[in-house]
Amino acid sequence: MNDWLNPLLGLAIGLNLLALGTSRLPTLTSAVATQGMALGLMPLFMEEHSDWRVWLIAAATVAGKGLVIPALLRRAMRAAHIDREMEPLIGFVPSLLLGAGGTIAAVALARLLPLLPEHSGSLLVPGSLASVLTGFVLLIGRTKAISQVCGYLILENGIYLFGLLLIHSTTLLVEAGILLDVTVGVFIIGIIVDRIQRAFDSLDTRKLTTLRE
Amino acid sequence: MRDLLLIIVPLAGAAVAALWPDNRSRPWLLPSVGAVHCVLSFWLLLVPPAVAPGMWLAFDNLARAVLPAVSVLFLVCAFYGVAYLRVRKERPNRVFVACLMAVLGILSAGHQARHLGLLWIATEAVTLAAVPLLHFNGTPRAFEATWKYLLVGGTGIALSLLGSFCMGYASLHGGGKGDLTFAALTAQGAALSRPWLLTAWVLLLVGYGTKMGLAPMHTWKPDAYGEAPGIVGALLAGGVTTVAFTAILRVRAVVSVGGEAIIADRTLLVVGLFSMLVAALMLLGTRDFKRMLAYSSVEHMGILTIGAALGRAGVWAALFHVWSNSLTKGALFMSAGNIHRAAGGRTMDDVRGMTLLTPRSAAMFVTGMFAVTALPPFGPFFSELRVVRAAFEAGQFGAVAMFLGCLLFAFFGLTRLVFAIVDGRPRAKSRALGRRFPETAGIIIPPLVLLGFSLWLGLATPAVLRDAWTAVAMQFFPAP
Repeated sequence: MNDWLNPLLGLAIGLNLLALGTSRLPTLTSAVATQGMALGLMPLFMEEHSDWRVWLIAAATVAGKGLVIPALLRRAMRAAHIDREMEPLIGFVPSLLLGAGGTIAAVALARLLPLLPEHSGSLLVPGSLASVLTGFVLLIGRTKAISQVCGYLILENGIYLFGLLLIHSTTLLVEAGILLDVTVGVFIIGIIVDRIQRAFDSLDTRKLTTLRE
Repeated sequence: MRDLLLIIVPLAGAAVAALWPDNRSRPWLLPSVGAVHCVLSFWLLLVPPAVAPGMWLAFDNLARAVLPAVSVLFLVCAFYGVAYLRVRKERPNRVFVACLMAVLGILSAGHQARHLGLLWIATEAVTLAAVPLLHFNGTPRAFEATWKYLLVGGTGIALSLLGSFCMGYASLHGGGKGDLTFAALTAQGAALSRPWLLTAWVLLLVGYGTKMGLAPMHTWKPDAYGEAPGIVGALLAGGVTTVAFTAILRVRAVVSVGGEAIIADRTLLVVGLFSMLVAALMLLGTRDFKRMLAYSSVEHMGILTIGAALGRAGVWAALFHVWSNSLTKGALFMSAGNIHRAAGGRTMDDVRGMTLLTPRSAAMFVTGMFAVTALPPFGPFFSELRVVRAAFEAGQFGAVAMFLGCLLFAFFGLTRLVFAIVDGRPRAKSRALGRRFPETAGIIIPPLVLLGFSLWLGLATPAVLRDAWTAVAMQFFPAP
């Protein structure tokens, strides 16, 4: 466990709060992109001697979460001519407070779960839980499709953080599959966003209310 | 090798379909691949291969007990699909046909996955492969359904990944190597770290429960089933949900040897009963007959979950119910699709008198409705009876009372809606459309075949299937 890991995790948690507090979509996507890059660097700091598989995972994560997906999101944003989340279902200050409270709760919860000695000093588990929670708040509380995709990405980032605990035991196949799935998932979501926009002439998911009981 | 062919043949078929130039002949790839898959899976059912414990993919007891049902359902859906795509000539079907076969291939992988990570990849892949199927119709409503399916389903899938990681950590913390094959996890047994095991159980139940469509994670289901073509609904309800169910069964077995069997069974029972209750209440309220099928599916997923909570006899009954529900529900989806096309509407306000316009589909719809609400001698009656018997044996009298009450309410809801559609005088709009979509043999025979299967399962359940279900029940609950 390296000294650099916890500062990076702190950065990721800070970016969660930035994502919750901002109304500007470019800031939101940048926060997600930066968080993706920070996450990509983390496997390198997990242990002193990193073999080629760890390097591969790091490179793939930085490229996927830090570069490709944010570029796709920016493209969707340009295509839709929107850059602001105007009327969120959960306001920016309440969601920030929810996120802060959630982070504290995550730290408290992580203390209840037993950890292996080599993981005991790190913020991986609280960081992971806090990101999952942030993702949920964004998914539920935002109305623009792009904000929801960003929320989903932060949720996935939280899960990736947890996966780092297992990086030396799960095999590359599983991790490669996971990364691929995330990319493909967002790619398809991107296509759908495009279609929603053409069909409804906006990216507001509140207009998706034809189907209800 | 035969077990790998179950995965390779449909995926190769999907690749061929993607390259096939002709829109009119392409749908015939569906029954060809379906037939090969069906022959392979029944050959494997009759002559099961040897399974080494460490294998990641194998046609094991659970795959043997469930996968042939998916195979039959796909083959029948494939024949219906040929007729359906001939009616829908105006829409290109390249992506649709390719994705249908990809779904079959990935489903076969998911049913055979003996590794938690691989199982997750298969579930995620099948979720993504089904997306183009859902918005085949290309209407704004279909896009809305697809968006909800992606967001809710994607979140569920994400939670099940987190649960898989927690399971890995339970193994690491318990002194294991973090090997995620079910064989290794079961072998570790009581050494698995309890707090992590329970966290993993909750997350995996919520995650795979979302894919199954258990309440309260069922919200994507009415939209998706309502907007998708009938065969897609049939395959989602009878194929994709069963992968999630077998995933829950496999994880429950690990949690059980980890020493938390009582908690696992109790949560399954509560979630199952809650799903039945929510479905019964929604069935009493809905006016749309395709959404009705979705709520009926939620109800039957609840029945499967309750079966899984009731020990050896319950698991046996649940596997029986997988077969009877998949095949019967397939017939309902297809006949509902016929009625929808001919009537040009989906609610009891728009659709009436379908016995006059589409007499055969209406008759099958009514028969299928009675079969699915457990009218003897169809399959669901006997499988649900088994669930009730298992509950009595387990001493769960309160659960039996609630189970029967929910079935009764669901029966009221289904009959109310179905008879409102088939009786009365047809609407003027339906009269014109009904002539454009006549009942050809291609859209009548497939649901009839499925109803026949349902009847056969009820009257004379084949001994080989009984043996396959018993093998799973004995594996999960070895004799003391």
